[in-house]
Amino acid sequence: MSKSKHKSSDRRGFLKGAMAGAAALAAQAPNAAAQAPAGNQLARAEGAAPAEAGVRVVDKPGSDFMVDVIKSLGFEYIFAMPGSSFAGFHESVLNYAGNKNPEYITCMHEESSVAMANGYAKVEGKPVAIAVHGTVGMQHAAMAVYDAFADHSPVYMILGNTQDATRRGGEVGWVHSAQDPAALVRDFTKWDDQPVSLPHFAESAVRAYKIMMTPPMGPVAITIDTDLQDDQIPAGTNLRIPKLSPSTPPAGDAAAIDEAAKMLVAAENPVLVAGRMARTPEGVKRLVELAELLQCAVLDQHRRLNFPNRHPLNQSNRAGQGGKPLMVPVGMAPDLVVGLESNDFYSTIRGVRQRNPQMKVISISAGDLFQRSNYQNFQRYTEEDLSIAADAEATLPYLIEACRTLITSARRVAFQARGAKLAEQSTQALEKARLDATYGWDASPISTARLSAELWAQIRNEDWALVTDSSPWIHDWPLQLWDFKQHHQYIGGAGAEGVGYAAPAAVGAAIAHKKHGRLPIAIQPDGDLMCANGVLWTAAHHKVPMLIMMHNNRAYHQEVMGLQGLANRRQRGIDHIQIGTKIYDPFIDYAKLASSMGIRSEGPVSDPKELAAVIKRGIEVVKSGEPYLVDTVTQPR
Amino acid sequence: MRSIMKKIALAGLFGVTFVGSTAFAQSGDAAKGDVDKGKALFLKNGCYECHGTVGQGGTGPHIAPRTASLAYIRKPAGQMPPYTAKVMSDQDLADVLAYLMSIPAPPASKGIAMLNQ
Repeated sequence: MSKSKHKSSDRRGFLKGAMAGAAALAAQAPNAAAQAPAGNQLARAEGAAPAEAGVRVVDKPGSDFMVDVIKSLGFEYIFAMPGSSFAGFHESVLNYAGNKNPEYITCMHEESSVAMANGYAKVEGKPVAIAVHGTVGMQHAAMAVYDAFADHSPVYMILGNTQDATRRGGEVGWVHSAQDPAALVRDFTKWDDQPVSLPHFAESAVRAYKIMMTPPMGPVAITIDTDLQDDQIPAGTNLRIPKLSPSTPPAGDAAAIDEAAKMLVAAENPVLVAGRMARTPEGVKRLVELAELLQCAVLDQHRRLNFPNRHPLNQSNRAGQGGKPLMVPVGMAPDLVVGLESNDFYSTIRGVRQRNPQMKVISISAGDLFQRSNYQNFQRYTEEDLSIAADAEATLPYLIEACRTLITSARRVAFQARGAKLAEQSTQALEKARLDATYGWDASPISTARLSAELWAQIRNEDWALVTDSSPWIHDWPLQLWDFKQHHQYIGGAGAEGVGYAAPAAVGAAIAHKKHGRLPIAIQPDGDLMCANGVLWTAAHHKVPMLIMMHNNRAYHQEVMGLQGLANRRQRGIDHIQIGTKIYDPFIDYAKLASSMGIRSEGPVSDPKELAAVIKRGIEVVKSGEPYLVDTVTQPR
Repeated sequence: MRSIMKKIALAGLFGVTFVGSTAFAQSGDAAKGDVDKGKALFLKNGCYECHGTVGQGGTGPHIAPRTASLAYIRKPAGQMPPYTAKVMSDQDLADVLAYLMSIPAPPASKGIAMLNQ
């Protein structure tokens, strides 16, 4: 361990003098003498060069060790907008670690950093690190942190702060510091800590990773003090990095699993409802195995890709809800519903339970193992006949085996008949979706069905992935018309439905797809992009291949409909509802916006007959390793 | 606000249809209407926000080339807001219905190759 070359003054104190200025230092105060600056501060404030004795050189700053710890956790990237409160850490990533594992990805808003991390994690199954600057950076990040929390997504935040009040850099240093900076997001993170030493940092950093990755996963925050980053590691300090001991995902209790298997095998018409069930590709395989064993219906709520959407047992399209059922469809009449990390399970089964009060309900969810109080993402309380507090993906192998031992040959015959009927209904649902897509086929602005179908026609033989939500905003057409088979092809949407999530999450997901050579497709809502469109520059700067097709309906359309409904119910007409809800006068030229940030682009395109050529050009550019944006002017939904 | 609005709109998506199929029975209302005026009114009064500019559907169901009944639009079920006489006159509605009736039927899905992939 090297020693600091000069220790007669410190850099923080030097900066403090520079920023505050002599006038401020001379301000009248009851204890003016106690606040008097050190000699070198006054010298700096008066414009004099600091004395040689005040020059401080550090050979081994604490942030180098912090980076050693971060590297040990296997982060591929660090997503961050720069900030002075983690500048020491930033410098260590670049110059000490060579900007590799993690590689610094320049972001233009902390909300973008976090949402990008969320998108990346849902594709790659592991987190990136995020650096966030003090109070204001955390405030920027907060909505995306809440999205990740509600989405059970791992997000690892490193939060810069200056704890020592005597070492803050003037006015800005003060307003960007807090006693407890992570308090802002504590209601929607799993864990946080503010280490006071490097050994403390090492232990807390590893602990945070472990907590974050244990289902239900969620964001964590480690506050790193500026002085701990910048000061010389004291000679003789015994620093070591604790071994990461990942927790195995919690599987269900054996007796409860046996009971669930009995109920499943005995049921005449069971339905499996999967929300955030498949954490990994293995989760999809397990759900397919269970469903095929029982030949039972699956409703995929598509918070992840839980089940192939054209599998004959997938009944999601039957719901008439755009392929993303939030309730069990009327025609299904189950006698047993099993929620697997189901989202808003109460609403999902409310209608069908009213129709059949004798229906049994099972839930398997890690959500029961961890919840905060203040923010209400846990949804309404659901009455269940069997509630298994466990990770559904981890529990499925045991449930499958328990079912297998109970299935008699007679039940197997009944299951086959059930499966054949479901397959027929699934086919009918797909045909209905295709028929519905024909309405407005040649309309201008372009129908969202036509946009989705034209995209599918050109990507279906590629190694593609959708990196935005197949949302109600586009009537969920991709989930209705495309053939999703693999877990990474769909990542769901914003956990807390925060607008501004889609664009950065798409870029983060596309970064994850890059090394796999996949073709990421984003169908990007216009209003969402305008929350923090600097993410386009990030995609251009880091050469992130992705095709961005704008869903440019020139409005916050959800709010248009809501306000219109209110105005009509109040019988006042809708002459004024465009105020505050529509994006017009002027229309935004998204092609120019993208172009200004270095993304090749074209549009606006309003004629559906132009789509095929436009998409083809875009795919060619993306295959060359760059992003491409098409401004497509679309129908409202 | 956003979430409340979303809930309203999603409820419209999920089976609580704006316009049940039986309510689409042909009526004489459309015969009294002007197609061009109807199109302008369809857009001006925001019908297209839920049903699309050519009635193809969106948050609400597709409503063209069929037509809705005037009575239903005055007192709709589900999440569709009512269009009372204070907002749209009978003649306005007749014009809108005429426009919806004028919209040609879509092409058959079997004839669109990209919808069969």
